Amino acid sequence: MTRFNAFNLLKNAVSSNKNWTEQWPDSQPKDEYDVVIVGAGGHGLGAAYYLAKEHGITNVAVIDKGWLGGGNTGRNTTIIRSNYLYDESAKLYDHSVDLWENLSQELNYNVMYSRRGVLMLAHNVHDVQSFSRHIHANRLNGVDNRWLTPQECKDYCPPLSISQHARYPVMGGALQERAGTARHDAVAWGYARGAAARGVDIIQNCAVTAIRRHPDGSVAGVETAKGFIKAKKVAVSAAGHTSVVMQTADVRLPLESYPLQALVSEPVKPIFPCVVMSNAVHAYISQSDKGELVIGSGTDQYTSYSQRGGLPLIEHTVAAITEIFPMFNRMRMLRKWGGIVDVTPDRSAIISKTPVPNLYVNCGWGTGGFKATPGAAHTFAWTIAKDTPHPINAPFTLERFQTGRLIDEAAAAAVAH
Amino acid sequence: MLLINCPYCEETLPEAEFVYAGEAHVLRAETPSELSDQDWAEFLFIRQNVKGVHFERWRHFHGCARFFNAARDTVSDKFLITYKAGEPRPNLTELAGDAT
Amino acid sequence: MTTYRVAGKGRVDTGQPVTFTFDGKRFEGCAGDTVASALLANGVHLMGRSFKYHRPRGPVTAGSEEPNALIGTRRGAGQFEPNTRATVQEIWDGLETTSQNKFPNLKFDIGAINDFAYMLFSAGFYYKTFMWPKNFWHKVYEPFIRKAAGLGVSPTEEDPDTYASRNLHCDVLIVGAGPTGLAAARAAAVGGVNVVLIDENVECGGTLLSKPNAEINGMPSWDWLAAELVSLRSLGVKIMTRTTAIGYYHQNMIGMVEKLTDHLSDLPKDTPRERMWHVRAKQVILAQGALEKPLVFHGNDRPGVMLAGSAQTYLNRYGVLVGKRPVIITSHDSAWDAAFDLADAGADVRAIVDTRETVDEELQSQARMRGIGMKLSHTVTATSGRLRVSSIRVNPIDDGKAGDGLIIPCDALLMSGGWTPSLHLFSHTKGSLTWNEDQTTFLPKDTPEDCTIAGASRGLWGIENVLIDGASAGVKVAMALGKESQTRQHKVTHDRIGSGVSQIELPTDKSSGKAKAFVDFQNDVTAKDLRLAVREGMRSIEHVKRYTTNGMATDQGKMSNINGLNIAADALNKPQPQVGLTTFRPPYTPTTFGAFAGYHRGDHFEITRKTQIDSWAQENGAVFEPVGQWRRARYFPKRGEDMDTAVGRECRTTRAHVGIFDASTLGKIEVVGPDAVEFMNRMYTNPWTKLAAGRCRYGLLLGDDGFIRDDGVIGRMSQDCFHVTTTTGGAARVMNMMEDYLQTEWPDLDVWLTSTTENWSTIALNGPKAAKLLAPLVDGVELTEDAFPHMSCAECTVAGMPARLFRVSFTGEIGFEINVPAPMGRKLWETLWQAGQEHGITAYGTETMHVLRAEKGYIIVGQDTDGTVTPYDAGMGWAVAKTKKDFVGMRGLMRPDLVASNRRHLVGLLTEDGTKLEEGAQIVFDPHQAIPMTMVGHVTSSYHSDAMGRPIALALVECGQNRMGETVYIPMPDRTIAAKITSTVFFDPSNSRVKIPSGEML
Repeated sequence: MTRFNAFNLLKNAVSSNKNWTEQWPDSQPKDEYDVVIVGAGGHGLGAAYYLAKEHGITNVAVIDKGWLGGGNTGRNTTIIRSNYLYDESAKLYDHSVDLWENLSQELNYNVMYSRRGVLMLAHNVHDVQSFSRHIHANRLNGVDNRWLTPQECKDYCPPLSISQHARYPVMGGALQERAGTARHDAVAWGYARGAAARGVDIIQNCAVTAIRRHPDGSVAGVETAKGFIKAKKVAVSAAGHTSVVMQTADVRLPLESYPLQALVSEPVKPIFPCVVMSNAVHAYISQSDKGELVIGSGTDQYTSYSQRGGLPLIEHTVAAITEIFPMFNRMRMLRKWGGIVDVTPDRSAIISKTPVPNLYVNCGWGTGGFKATPGAAHTFAWTIAKDTPHPINAPFTLERFQTGRLIDEAAAAAVAH
Repeated sequence: MLLINCPYCEETLPEAEFVYAGEAHVLRAETPSELSDQDWAEFLFIRQNVKGVHFERWRHFHGCARFFNAARDTVSDKFLITYKAGEPRPNLTELAGDAT
Repeated sequence: MTTYRVAGKGRVDTGQPVTFTFDGKRFEGCAGDTVASALLANGVHLMGRSFKYHRPRGPVTAGSEEPNALIGTRRGAGQFEPNTRATVQEIWDGLETTSQNKFPNLKFDIGAINDFAYMLFSAGFYYKTFMWPKNFWHKVYEPFIRKAAGLGVSPTEEDPDTYASRNLHCDVLIVGAGPTGLAAARAAAVGGVNVVLIDENVECGGTLLSKPNAEINGMPSWDWLAAELVSLRSLGVKIMTRTTAIGYYHQNMIGMVEKLTDHLSDLPKDTPRERMWHVRAKQVILAQGALEKPLVFHGNDRPGVMLAGSAQTYLNRYGVLVGKRPVIITSHDSAWDAAFDLADAGADVRAIVDTRETVDEELQSQARMRGIGMKLSHTVTATSGRLRVSSIRVNPIDDGKAGDGLIIPCDALLMSGGWTPSLHLFSHTKGSLTWNEDQTTFLPKDTPEDCTIAGASRGLWGIENVLIDGASAGVKVAMALGKESQTRQHKVTHDRIGSGVSQIELPTDKSSGKAKAFVDFQNDVTAKDLRLAVREGMRSIEHVKRYTTNGMATDQGKMSNINGLNIAADALNKPQPQVGLTTFRPPYTPTTFGAFAGYHRGDHFEITRKTQIDSWAQENGAVFEPVGQWRRARYFPKRGEDMDTAVGRECRTTRAHVGIFDASTLGKIEVVGPDAVEFMNRMYTNPWTKLAAGRCRYGLLLGDDGFIRDDGVIGRMSQDCFHVTTTTGGAARVMNMMEDYLQTEWPDLDVWLTSTTENWSTIALNGPKAAKLLAPLVDGVELTEDAFPHMSCAECTVAGMPARLFRVSFTGEIGFEINVPAPMGRKLWETLWQAGQEHGITAYGTETMHVLRAEKGYIIVGQDTDGTVTPYDAGMGWAVAKTKKDFVGMRGLMRPDLVASNRRHLVGLLTEDGTKLEEGAQIVFDPHQAIPMTMVGHVTSSYHSDAMGRPIALALVECGQNRMGETVYIPMPDRTIAAKITSTVFFDPSNSRVKIPSGEML
């Protein structure tokens, strides 16, 4: 691995950039691994990285049916925040933000974590009450989040309309300044490069068709498009396809997969300094470093693996944006795309052991998985390495669906992730 | 936007008239209090989440307001058939035969 | 000024001059010109600066695929948009246009300094740098990068224009009105099906507009086109121009945007700027044609370097010569035709440079005939000219290597790397593609939709071929729709079929590391960047694209995708299909946000539901709040009152006299049928069997998970009829849930459910004088404690109106809810208001309602509960029947965590120092802990209570019901507040006030 620093950058510039080496090799599968991770998104690659770096487990393969980072890692709107209500969520997401803040240096790869602030808008009395609850809980948990008046919201985000004649006028907002965005592809690439440098094999274009188990029920390995691979442990981190993979090990999960769409505008000069989310109006927007307005839409109502999504939802999303930011009405949509998100009944993730010995799962991130990438990967690696959850992910078990100990952020606040 | 055939109205209409209602043929026990915690959690939360032909419920919300069942391919989003609530799950191989 | 307009050429109206400005300078063009064609006619090629290196750029195309010539366009206040393609924007008198991404001006741009640091700014350089020192990213690097990026500037004013949307159903939608689409339309329409033919351009014809010399069935192509359009219209074909199919959605739903006013000087009144069409077609024919590929060589981005086919379009369609001394560089026959057209129009074509060793003899003889020099087996290795190409360097190719160069002066360089089928919409259908090695391109294969792709979109070249293919597609869809049709014969002369070879970077004698051979013009991605990405381990086109940004510009890769793929495949030494093709994503061309939002702006963003009494509230100065889609009166301030004062007065008056409240937004469901009581028993936690007709009961609804979903008072109007009320926000959800259980789980029950929310106006009267006020107006019920006790209901008349009368109280006072048919609501309100004057009546809003109910400890579902609260948590175990076999939520309530000992209970809180707590504030047992603190609950409701003379609060507290009298702490940013746990009932715990004193009545 060529280390990225100013010297190497200049040196390579002078030699016409002909001496850069590959950031990760295109590995072919070995017969056997200590750990096989299914799914080479940010979560899977990150878990491999931390397994190698923090637990000394380097005989690891990350296997993906497509290209690394080609799933939800590369399809989301890159919002990062941690101002969640429940202690369990706040700890997990704040752990992530801690890792985000140093990730570029950690990986020697600029993931462009941009601490530009996430502003969540309140449009009715219920929102105000709910945000107040969040802000107080966050404060006592040591998570930053503060209340802004409508005028303060406008000062923080000048394109915002705070007209009291709007259909849903802004009644204020909750601002987390430490929150922001990052460059999604770079996260996958940075982890891939870091993991590969520590000996992890990244095997792309190799679909895992089944998880095989020993007669005693424990995991034996995975069947893949390139043949059977023995594994002491298998960890699944396959987002929308997790339940399909897990079913082959007879593990049924409380997951449903929905299409989720997002879109960008044509690029313009900097106009939008932060991230704004409005759950009441269903608008999620920021501006990328490239200048595009990045806008999140909602999920379609039906489960699907088609990555298509319908036009009416997009129309509603754009209407919501122009409602809050009327000045963008003449901007143009450049492209929209779809992903498949796996949603749990309480809209919180599962990072857990499973009923099958040596089989682990990290799933159910719904629309909010990107922000959790480092924290989820870090605690998932711990769970795999030690066969016991890290204290931070311990509440995010499969068992909670039986006991009723749900972490229901959505029910508690009607707040989307 | 999908087009959906309501088996009660016998009309194919745009998705905007319908509301999705989750997986079909998930049976609620006659006396749930007799179920174990595990079985009850299964009923409440565990879903097939099929990639392929999915049996699911829809409600013709802005029409006859009836709930009905459908078999839809979740890869192509194409409906194979819709049928009335209470009718048995159709035979998939026969459906495939119809399609050809 | 030199003019480049050629007399007798083009379809613009030279007799109708149009003036517009570009960067403040006035220019003249003709009616029918685009900004690009008009500027080119004035000899202006320089129209913009590129994204990263700020290199000078001119138009490279004549259509919507343009990556370079992007401009700001402005009509007036609020009517500005950035990044408009000059090649598409029609000119009109008064149009203001500006160039972008430059400072201080287009001809001298400081940002071009990036061009010199080119080696440093190679692909992926962002990822490798700006990391030291750490805090510089946020403060220095990122702001710098952000400012350098972006193209135009965002609009900053509100858009005064309107946008519309329409639905359209048709048998056949044909996208693209070139020869393929025209032939398809005719064949389908003759078969008797209903056809819609659309084109993104101003007029139909497609490639025919650029090929006037071809003859179709013995007619010059333009005459044939005119005749064909007349005949299509007479066959009933709906033809829509300036209409772009932006996306292909499920089951043949196509989104289309029609531009209605952007070409007009004077805006017709009440005309929307754009209209979004939702089209549902039984069959779709895609006839989007093909796009010409640029060639990749050092300096291929200089203003004056343009696609040969586009130069041909500028000449034949707009009558503009893009250069008087052009040179051609090509690997495809089609550019030879462009050269001949330009030569015939008077251009001095300096040379045709072709990378191929052999070219069709007929083409060579035509060139000779026109005196055009030919350089076969030659390459271009450089161009020069700061703001416009002034010469090129041409070298012979020997064994794949470039020999010694020769400089040829010129004022335009026309290139062609062949053609790529346009597969964008086909790709939206999730259609599969197949690689065609001969044509070095992907071709369409299967699609799950009822969709036929025809003509150049599927790799056919030549007008005759595509006419025949279009016609057979038309016949095919007609037959699929059960109609008969026949293909017509088409004979085309002077057709230019042509062939060519595909090129990656042209051979060069320049160090490949130094060559600036652009693939994605707008994003400044060079061939070298693509090869670097591959060298760094990017092996799929998706990775290469994301690493270099190739194909991510506003042309959506129309110019760059295929060249990028070919170069990446070459670098990987793999066939193209193994490297993959990036997915084409909607919209086909960038589409105005306003067109998506359509009518859903301002007040129409979402409907506002108003009760029949809302108008009275408005007239009487109510302050409103949104509750879901409803707007509800929050309080009724008198002159000079703020909310707290008004609410205090409303509370006081209601408790002392009587208050009137509009409760019409409450959800109402009529549950009727022989099994109605059984149904109620199964849905609600409470027992219903023994509730007598004429009596009401507070009902609690759970989800099957055991948590509270909704509540409301339910009246048994008769043995088999229940009048159910729900929360305002929960009405639709509860109705859906009831229908779900009834239809799916218990179809055997004989019950009908009807939502009656909007059928009734509901007025609540509360206060010691409520009965006295109401009694004289009521017929059919005697309002005494004995005849009509608390929790009674009856049908009667009130003020002569048929009514359902409920004796219920959400305030702890004597209370009635009067339901009358909705339209009578305001009349009843006014009658009560009038009659109440002598009793000192006050109108009150939701805020007072909240305070009064909190004083009594009545919960608001969604505020005091949050989806994780059980009836026992809420202190309402009394509402849960103990002997029922089942009800929704019964099993859920038995789950381990729901019966755990540490659950949070709803309790009252009274602060020790009389502070009013903040709703949402968190509660701890130990105020001295360090952060993070262990929180044990939160304040759900908090008000100043006029009746209690102090603030009161409701809260969820861990084991609260077992901690009565204990002190808990609420740590605020500035101090910690202590509060005592109390009962949730603060006011009149014995409920004595709801009784109508005996003897009071008549």
